[in-house]
Amino acid sequence: MPHFAKPAEGSWTQHYPELSTAPVDYTDSIDPAYYAAEQEAIFKRTWLHVGRVEQVPRTGSYFTKELAVADTSLIIVRGRDGEIRAFHNMCRHRGNKLVWNDFPGEEVKGTCRQFTCKYHAWRYSLAGELTYVQQEEEFFGIDKAEYGLKSVRCEVWEGFIFVNLDPAAAPLADYLGSLGKGIEGYPFGEMTEVFTYRAEINANWKLFIDAFAEFYHAPILHMKQAVKDEADKLARVGYEALHYELRQPHGMISSWGGMSPPKDPSMVKPIERVLRSGLFGPWDKPDIDGLGLDELPPGANPARHRAWGIDSFHFFPNFMLLLWAPGWYLTYDYWPTGVGSHIFEASLYFVPAKTAAERLAHELAAVTFKEYGLQDANTLEATQRMLGSRVVSEFPLCDQELLLRALHKVTADYVKEYRDGTAAR
Amino acid sequence: MALLPAEFAELEAFADWILPTERERYAKRLASTMDEMQAFYDAAFPLLDGANKYLERFGMDGLPDPERNLLLLMMSLVLVSFPVEVWSQPRVPDSGAAYLDLVVEPRV
Repeated sequence: MPHFAKPAEGSWTQHYPELSTAPVDYTDSIDPAYYAAEQEAIFKRTWLHVGRVEQVPRTGSYFTKELAVADTSLIIVRGRDGEIRAFHNMCRHRGNKLVWNDFPGEEVKGTCRQFTCKYHAWRYSLAGELTYVQQEEEFFGIDKAEYGLKSVRCEVWEGFIFVNLDPAAAPLADYLGSLGKGIEGYPFGEMTEVFTYRAEINANWKLFIDAFAEFYHAPILHMKQAVKDEADKLARVGYEALHYELRQPHGMISSWGGMSPPKDPSMVKPIERVLRSGLFGPWDKPDIDGLGLDELPPGANPARHRAWGIDSFHFFPNFMLLLWAPGWYLTYDYWPTGVGSHIFEASLYFVPAKTAAERLAHELAAVTFKEYGLQDANTLEATQRMLGSRVVSEFPLCDQELLLRALHKVTADYVKEYRDGTAAR
Repeated sequence: MALLPAEFAELEAFADWILPTERERYAKRLASTMDEMQAFYDAAFPLLDGANKYLERFGMDGLPDPERNLLLLMMSLVLVSFPVEVWSQPRVPDSGAAYLDLVVEPRV
């Protein structure tokens, strides 16, 4: 007997006729040829989240983004006109990487008036124009206007910076569609106190999205992080979401969460009782507009449930955005580096602490996130290893694993379309 | 000048837990024994509620050194609370070689 209502079809999965209920083939997470197709079919054609506007606050603020999955490195920079632009991080003279320090493979950030290549001092404006060629008279009639930095599509949605390597791609807002539209207006811009975690994970990128796109695992894998009686109850009851919404290629899960604050303080650990904070964040909402249950944009807490705790949005392919009821948000980015490895980045965004006590409450939320994340991350490596054995390749997914089923299907659709197109040519 | 506000002077015995970055605090956790962390927790936890109420009176801008040290010390207590209250060991169980580095941290 479900605790929360399911669609009339009897299950969330069957509510979406494009999905089957059959076991899912996970060869897509271990096959190098499939990964190579994903690079072309997905990562070189879809909008990729690379950062926030707060990372480029002033004219000349820039950061670089290593995109191993798309075989390139990008510079994201704010120009004199205030526009944020993206360029391939490559000097037009002889291809040297333009912006880097010490280690060519590491990302850097800073502020500058122009970009100067370390090799022969060719210079580029913040808008990517070639402005200076060392010993220009030695060249053979070079037209500087034709040697600007190679630009990349760059658009901003709600302060999130996205790039797309496909010049013909539809605009970002169209790509994010109604799922993105539904949470426009959330006060993202007020939440500028950031904790960013990073790890190299020895597992396919889709496996970590899988891990964070379902909470079916939470009462079991993370059992010890609740006090004993509460953990027993959670495991006995299991997990059901409040609501799911698929708007392919994207999707979201909306979940309850009674720990912020808990009904009974004895449900949580001593440190949480004192600091009034924990996994779901500080129990006391920050003092800004837009966070009340009736003030949220319509796409947040879509079931308008009083027990709402968190919404997890998955924007295909590799960006997740989590809105937590107590008034903060979290992002996940998964950057593939190979079929069996990726770089995972997680950022927690809070309204800046007004007092040192608020900062301490944020610290408990961030530290708790890391304790959970470490459990999740290492489990993935164990999964990747066994998938690699190919002893079994098809796995049954339950109704609470709807977003995983959708992710693997959408990925397969993109790969198939790409392969069919390539075969036709 | 005192390391900590006078009300919390007894915690100066644990001044080696006053560390400015999460990376340093986490490294100390992993390098400590459970006995060491239990001793710190037993001394500091009873003062946490008082410290939290005390720190409510201070904004983050221009935080004086003793109050900043108290905040950093209590951040270490937050970190140590996991081995003491949950894991009974310094590391997250079954986390093997996995790591999550904090690469951007709000200024304290």
